[in-house]
Amino acid sequence: MYAVEMHGITKQFKNVLANSNVDLMVRQGEIHSLLGENGAGKSTLMNILYGMYAPTDGSIQVFGKPVEIENPLKAIGLGIAMVHQHFMLIEPLTVAENVVLGYEPKKKGCFDFKKAVAQVEALSKQYGLAVDPRERVENLSVGTKQRVEILKALYRQAEILILDEPTAVLTPQEVTDLFRVLRGLKESGKTIIIITHKLKETLELADTVTILRKGEVVTSLPTASVDEAKLAELMVGRIVAFETEKKEVAGEHKVVMALRGATVVKDRRNVLDNVSLEIRSGEILGIAGVEGNGQTELIDVLCGLEKLHGGAILLDGEQLRSKSVTPRAMLEAGVGHIPEDRGKRGYVGSFTIAENIVLGYHRNKAFSKAGLINLKARDEFANKVSQQYDVRMDSIRDTVGSLSGGNQQKVIIGRVFAQDPKVIIAAQPTRGVDIGAIEYIHAELIKMRDAGKAILLISADLEELTKLSDNIAVLYAGRIVDKRKANEYDERTLGALMTGHAAGGEEASKEREAQ
Amino acid sequence: MAKSGNSKQGGFAERLSKNNVFLSVVALVLSLIVAGLVMLIAGYSPLEGYSAMFKGAFGSVDNLAQTLGTATPLIFAGLAMAFAARGGMFNIGIEGQIIAGAFPAALVGAYAQGLPWFVHIPLCFLAGMVGGGLWAALAGFLKNKLRVSEVILTIMLNYVAIYLAEYLANYQFKAEGMLVRTENVLPSAVLTPLIPYSRLTGGIFVALFFAVLMWWFLSRTTAGYQIRAIEANPYAAQAGGINIQRMNLVTMFLSGALAGMGGAVEVMGVHGYFITNMTSGYGFDGVAIAVMGRYSPLGTVVSAFIFGALRAGSTSMNRMTNIPGEFIQVLQALVILFVSTPGIVRMFLKKRRQKKEAQN
Repeated sequence: MYAVEMHGITKQFKNVLANSNVDLMVRQGEIHSLLGENGAGKSTLMNILYGMYAPTDGSIQVFGKPVEIENPLKAIGLGIAMVHQHFMLIEPLTVAENVVLGYEPKKKGCFDFKKAVAQVEALSKQYGLAVDPRERVENLSVGTKQRVEILKALYRQAEILILDEPTAVLTPQEVTDLFRVLRGLKESGKTIIIITHKLKETLELADTVTILRKGEVVTSLPTASVDEAKLAELMVGRIVAFETEKKEVAGEHKVVMALRGATVVKDRRNVLDNVSLEIRSGEILGIAGVEGNGQTELIDVLCGLEKLHGGAILLDGEQLRSKSVTPRAMLEAGVGHIPEDRGKRGYVGSFTIAENIVLGYHRNKAFSKAGLINLKARDEFANKVSQQYDVRMDSIRDTVGSLSGGNQQKVIIGRVFAQDPKVIIAAQPTRGVDIGAIEYIHAELIKMRDAGKAILLISADLEELTKLSDNIAVLYAGRIVDKRKANEYDERTLGALMTGHAAGGEEASKEREAQ
Repeated sequence: MAKSGNSKQGGFAERLSKNNVFLSVVALVLSLIVAGLVMLIAGYSPLEGYSAMFKGAFGSVDNLAQTLGTATPLIFAGLAMAFAARGGMFNIGIEGQIIAGAFPAALVGAYAQGLPWFVHIPLCFLAGMVGGGLWAALAGFLKNKLRVSEVILTIMLNYVAIYLAEYLANYQFKAEGMLVRTENVLPSAVLTPLIPYSRLTGGIFVALFFAVLMWWFLSRTTAGYQIRAIEANPYAAQAGGINIQRMNLVTMFLSGALAGMGGAVEVMGVHGYFITNMTSGYGFDGVAIAVMGRYSPLGTVVSAFIFGALRAGSTSMNRMTNIPGEFIQVLQALVILFVSTPGIVRMFLKKRRQKKEAQN
């Protein structure tokens, strides 16, 4: 029995054919992965199922019955719920209020908060989704917010649950939790569709995978019958190199940028606590750590966005005066910055590619003369860089907000790399980026390292970290708790250190004693 | 929804300016209809009112000149608001900045002797720019220092400007006579009417020139680029090495300078001196004008003309019918309401479309 059958779905946007004759068959009670690169049409297809878009052509059946889904309300009525990548929660309200929103329990015509709490408690117990119904949503971690979204779906008696890139924003621990919950939901008979571009996730979690490429279905098969390489090939349309070539860079690796006892205080807490590290030329120093352990402050300090409360920054062996450490000064000193949250710090969504590609370097003589923008030079540069860094676009007049995540990231990477920086602070360089672009970005980072740049890599993706880094430092609660050569770590040891467990065997503790 | 990822980006101005011009037009039409209903409820004939208003605004060359003349300071006020908004600043202090510009312009006009007109007039404009600019920059400075919203600061500084100028015009710089006003500006600082006895002067060309200049500045200069970046995404702007506090100061100064020119043009073209209450709410109209013009220079100019026509028309509506001229304020308030809530307008449009589809 199929929970969802979509036949011959076609969706034509103005200039883009987002879905072309797509068939999707989802069995009841399975976890179905909808796999594809960004822009492959996964989200469009699911938005059609959820009633956000009307298909240009095609038909849909839910639990065997032909249906017309004109709007999300109708979808909810049919037992379909969607957890969006960007949560649709009302921050100042409590968990219970958010969950019951639109379907509130009432007593004498008034909202019955007590009953809402009880109902949410019951649900959370039933499905093992631990969350306090009385807590305000604004106080919750990202992982918990996601749980609230799932509870919301369950409260609306969803039988079919669609999750859009559910792991994109989660820590490894939260991912494990989510998978446990999803498996539990499957046990209780729910049908789950996850939209993803992550191969590992698909293999680990899903029963069936449907692969989309450029708006068309490549194939649909049981996950038991494929491996990672095969999936990647189906998804990208060519064989993907998983291993990045990396040889030690010859010659002396001198310290280009360093922190000595760097301390940042926020809300009377040392969010960065006596951190010392050295970023050397021709090396990638990886920073491992669960988000919120000082990474953001570390990045901000190095880029001049945050002032130190103690300690010092050194550039080329010289200590910088605290007053002279501004974002502009750091940019001009050759510290390139690939921000961890590209939508926030990285680009201006309503600006064109050309405007974004010079952001931070817009004062350079090449782009600006006597306070006037040199449009011709800027546009030539933008064309050159976007070609060199393979930004897929119609023209440099496109707004960056309209590009896919991978292409947005390529704009930012092109912007930084094209300026020939001395130091590169690369934070989450491949977050939310599709596999083809990841491969490319990794290769470019290695290229920069081989060219003698000093690189700091902050990443939540341990595989990426161990693959690219020469050395890795583990950041926990604002401190560097361990630091070794990258090949001396495995993911398990790193995971333990990241979560504050002094594990990592005897060597680690010995090393700490030695310090 | 597919683009919900970008929803956190782009300031209010950026989002609004992307909306269709059409929305502004529909908002205007809706306001006219609703204001007409208000007239009807109050026992007046909207048809009579609007036709008087139309005649008053466009009925004759003199009337048209009145409309364009009234539009002149409104263009400056609208541009001032629009410019600040494009830099992410909400400048509600245009009224005060017009006065802060008008007063020094009146003094330069009255006391700088022996200058030919082609030096004297630009000098008065300059005085207006500096006066208005510094007054607005003061709000920017206090925002940076005290971390208080510029909305509060600019509103408060309105009153300071109004009463400070009134004080000075009442004591130090008072001209002889009953009125609280300064000395007449010298003939070399008078903008002569293009049509005799009208408000229409060459000032309108200055206003149009500055509209073009504003467009050029925002799209072609590095400073304009930085100002726009701050509005569209301050976090990215900061990471791009843009000094937000300093640029906010620049934004406020230039916004205030535009407002100050509006004050100068009124002094030189209409009154011939500074007098209390001379602004008659132009500054507040500027907010509505900029919003209706979607913060673009061209849109602002067009809506300033419409507001000029409404103002000129309401005077003759007042004269020719028994409908009070204050109805113009109801109309303006409705315009703001409809323009700043595109949702209402969209809903209205959608309903109409559905009805049409149902009929077919």
